[in-house]
Amino acid sequence: MPFIPHTEEEIREMLETIGVSSIDDLFDEIPESLRADTLEGVGPSLSEMEIGRLMQEKARQDSGGICFIGAGAYDHHVPAAVWQIATRGEFYTAYTPYQAEASQGTLQLLYEYQTMMAELMAMEVSNASLYDGASALAEAVLMAVRANRKSKSKRVLVPRSLHPAYRATVHTIVRNQGIELLELPFDDATGQTDLDALEIHAGSDFAALVIPQPNFFGVLEPVDQLSDWAHRNGLLAIAVVNPLAMAVLQPPGEWGERGVDIACGDGQPLGAPLSSGGPYFGFMTCRKQHVRQMPGRIIGRTVDLDGKPGFTLTLQAREQHIRRSKATSNICTNQGLMVTAATIHMALLGADGLARVAGACHANLNALVEKLTALDEEIEPRFSGPVFHERVLRLPMEVPQVLRTLAAHNILGGYHLGGDYPELEDCLLVCATETRTPDDLEKYARNLQRVLATRRQGACATMVRFDL
Amino acid sequence: MSEIPDDLKYTSTHEWARDEGDGIVAVGITDHAQELLGDLVYVELPEVGTDLGAGAECAVVESVKAASDIYSPLDGEVVEVNETLADSPEAINEAPYEQWIFKLKMADPAQLDNLMDAAAYAAAVEAEEH
Amino acid sequence: MLIFQHSRPGRRAQAQAPADQAPLEGIPEAFRRRNRPRLPEVSELQAVRHYTKLSQKNFSIDTQFYPLGSCTMKYNPRGANAMAMLPGLVDRHPLAPESHSQGFLSAMYELQEILKSVTGMAAVSLAPMAGAQGEFAGVAMIRAYHDARGDQERREILVPDAAHGTNPATAVMCGYQAREIPTLPSGDVDLEALEAALGPRTAGIMLTNPSTLGVFERHIDRIARMVHQAGGLLYYDGANLNAILGRVRPGDMGFDVIHVNLHKTFAAPHGGGGPGAGPVGVSERLAPYLPVPLVAFDGHDYHLLTEKERPDTIGRLSAFGGNAGVLLRAYVYARMLGAEGMKRVADFATLNANYLMKRLVEAGFTAAYPGRRATHEFIITLKPEAKELGVNAMDFAKRLLDFDMHAPTTYFPLLVPECFLIEPTETEAKEALDAFVEAMVKIREEARQEPEKVKGAPCNLPVRRLDDVRAARELDLKWEPKGETG
Repeated sequence: MPFIPHTEEEIREMLETIGVSSIDDLFDEIPESLRADTLEGVGPSLSEMEIGRLMQEKARQDSGGICFIGAGAYDHHVPAAVWQIATRGEFYTAYTPYQAEASQGTLQLLYEYQTMMAELMAMEVSNASLYDGASALAEAVLMAVRANRKSKSKRVLVPRSLHPAYRATVHTIVRNQGIELLELPFDDATGQTDLDALEIHAGSDFAALVIPQPNFFGVLEPVDQLSDWAHRNGLLAIAVVNPLAMAVLQPPGEWGERGVDIACGDGQPLGAPLSSGGPYFGFMTCRKQHVRQMPGRIIGRTVDLDGKPGFTLTLQAREQHIRRSKATSNICTNQGLMVTAATIHMALLGADGLARVAGACHANLNALVEKLTALDEEIEPRFSGPVFHERVLRLPMEVPQVLRTLAAHNILGGYHLGGDYPELEDCLLVCATETRTPDDLEKYARNLQRVLATRRQGACATMVRFDL
Repeated sequence: MSEIPDDLKYTSTHEWARDEGDGIVAVGITDHAQELLGDLVYVELPEVGTDLGAGAECAVVESVKAASDIYSPLDGEVVEVNETLADSPEAINEAPYEQWIFKLKMADPAQLDNLMDAAAYAAAVEAEEH
Repeated sequence: MLIFQHSRPGRRAQAQAPADQAPLEGIPEAFRRRNRPRLPEVSELQAVRHYTKLSQKNFSIDTQFYPLGSCTMKYNPRGANAMAMLPGLVDRHPLAPESHSQGFLSAMYELQEILKSVTGMAAVSLAPMAGAQGEFAGVAMIRAYHDARGDQERREILVPDAAHGTNPATAVMCGYQAREIPTLPSGDVDLEALEAALGPRTAGIMLTNPSTLGVFERHIDRIARMVHQAGGLLYYDGANLNAILGRVRPGDMGFDVIHVNLHKTFAAPHGGGGPGAGPVGVSERLAPYLPVPLVAFDGHDYHLLTEKERPDTIGRLSAFGGNAGVLLRAYVYARMLGAEGMKRVADFATLNANYLMKRLVEAGFTAAYPGRRATHEFIITLKPEAKELGVNAMDFAKRLLDFDMHAPTTYFPLLVPECFLIEPTETEAKEALDAFVEAMVKIREEARQEPEKVKGAPCNLPVRRLDDVRAARELDLKWEPKGETG
């Protein structure tokens, strides 16, 4: 019996102690009509070897692509030590540190994490994580509506240059509370949020402005102006940022004259593997004055009976297990293990290491863009705004077709923007992290060139076979 | 048994109210309430100028393991809040009847008569414990 | 000592980052960071040693008995971790084309099917990232259903007073009001009070069955009929699914929507607080509203379905498809159990709980619901001990830590004074249960002889009892280098 330790003799003894003759008797309070007989669709039990073989086969099917897709999830090198330590049983199989004295490992690590994340964002306080970047932004929007006492509005300004899946997630989570999201257009030339379009809203009552950095197009937003505009007009400023980029870019706590009020995002670039989209973790930092409106676990340092420093969950009266229907959020389980990995990741790399990774990404992206735009004068950057490690390119061919052909040759060539932005139907979002080699870039360029060549010959790209 | 001064008025939700004259009433929480909650760590104050109806949630007191709403005992407008509680919520534990939380300008001072006197409140506390 | 205190300027783990700092050519000065963040500057060995040592200050399933009620702290198979981390799966980009995704998608499709089968629901979405997000999705679907019928008067979600705090908090996040329903002394829902609460404002009810009181709701059939007759829907909080896995299916009880905590029932790790996964299953009438993405199979290939194919969906709950790595671990576990193994989960979780309850009662402790069978968990109340010996549930919990056992859930549910909610799970051997009884008896003896020892517990751990009040009053949430003495 997999994972069940009981011997026949023990089962007998235990039933005897309880005073029943069979395990079935223990279910005698459940109405007979509700008992299930069989579980169709589950199948027979597999041994570790058998399931191992099956999973190897599934893994093999998905292997081999060279990834130039970013769009919110980034292929970074994760030091070997990170997951070897994070999957130690003491971290991997503990739960929420309710018994602080028996959880000092997790608690101290989370306190260190809060410190690192607050430092990276240049913000005053951090929580101990939310689910992912998109849901963290939804929580930030809810928090801003609660925290902005000057505003009576439940309306929030959200740029169209924000990740479309983030916008969709925020919408799902906040709409039932009557919160309205108003979209801001982007400048067609730069790819940045259109400041003139923003100015139209000056004087209207909004609770908050969301500011992505970099935005979904990889473009850097004029964050100083955006943050100051929000504050000038009585809005809270919510930053949603790539934490790795903050190693080299101005952090949200320093944007404009006052810095933002809430900074959140997805922690995936800090030690989480791509893993088909999760688990990652959402981070959230804010000004200290708003800490009681922040959702999620928060760890504080205190002392024990002997005056020795120690760590514990604090400000729990915000949370659902105490405050129930008046809690700041319904969140309970968070993404603790991913934060464990991120903390070890940040400790290993340090500020200097993270800046080098960020620099290498930026350089690789520039090299890729240079190579691809050199192939054909009709391939060109779509936006003129400065970028971090992603860029939008316009292609002279149907983008999904190009991507399919590239994929057939194990190049995962990027993300087609036409689905989310009809006006960018001919555009592709490409990314190159530090893990892409010059050889990878060369392969991409070579294959794209061949796809283009087929266009010139007027042939259908998929009909053409070529070697790498 | 907790302390219940005779000169105050009480609610079933454990607020006390003291007539300060000129239509102003001071509101706090009772000794019994602070005992139930334990060491207070935070008081969320209402905003001056807020109009409250009797029974409206208007402030929150928090201990480590609980958070409790405070309800306005009467109709009225918040005219003053006890800012010192923001930094020293424990003052309520130490002297619950000295630490008012907010003051109301009563809309109808006659409503004071609807509140419990000390004897009635003592009986209500007694009943709650059984 | 904190990692920051190992820091020395200029020191770093060299091997993990690129050797050089590439110039930030395309980034104008105005966008660049001016001051480096104060992150640790340590060697690789220092980091490894520091975090390894920290791990040793934790209790965990791998190292201790962990009978934390309502959390299902069962063994997390190592094989599931190893297989979820296979190259090809662990490095698959969430937006990879379907040509490079068939392995992953096939596992997810099969997991959907397995969950449909064990819950008795018509359709499943794997999107929610934890139980609370599953609850959110469930109640949002209930709302979408009523709204689509133009039935917008329904604004109340009924919640038993014994429910997890996530239930009322979720109702509010969905724009509903939570209305509490009392529980009878037997542990069952008060049907008269339920009848009185039901009406044209009822959107639905959220129930955990077995309830958080560790007993099976015997009138679930009747409750389902009553709620449906009033036009409401039934939400099943799957936190306690371990008790009935393979034995009873929530769909057969009349529930319209359910979430499953894969990090509980399906043995995915709790990770010091997460990640979890909270897939939702629904009956036919709610199927159009399931959160996206879903995985479909056309007989040949597997596909992701999004808003395009599912226009009535409540939408997306995360940037991608949820906690895929957790889903993979649960999939491996489910395949290893097979149909027979699922049933054994409920059987042995129930056997262990009933055995432990009986042994504790025989040892003189007080079961909160003595006339009832334990399910996979049960409650004892330490009120008599608190009254006679002045030693409360918290003291017992802290002293248990000294005996190298994690404490049960204390002071939840709130209905039972001085309560211990105890969930041993099916993966614990009889010796562990016997040792727990011995420890409880010993602590009670200590409470008689030397109560200060129990009240001062723990004394064998890295720290003694912590000052929570100070932590909340003098917030110290971030390390500052100045004035540091530690």
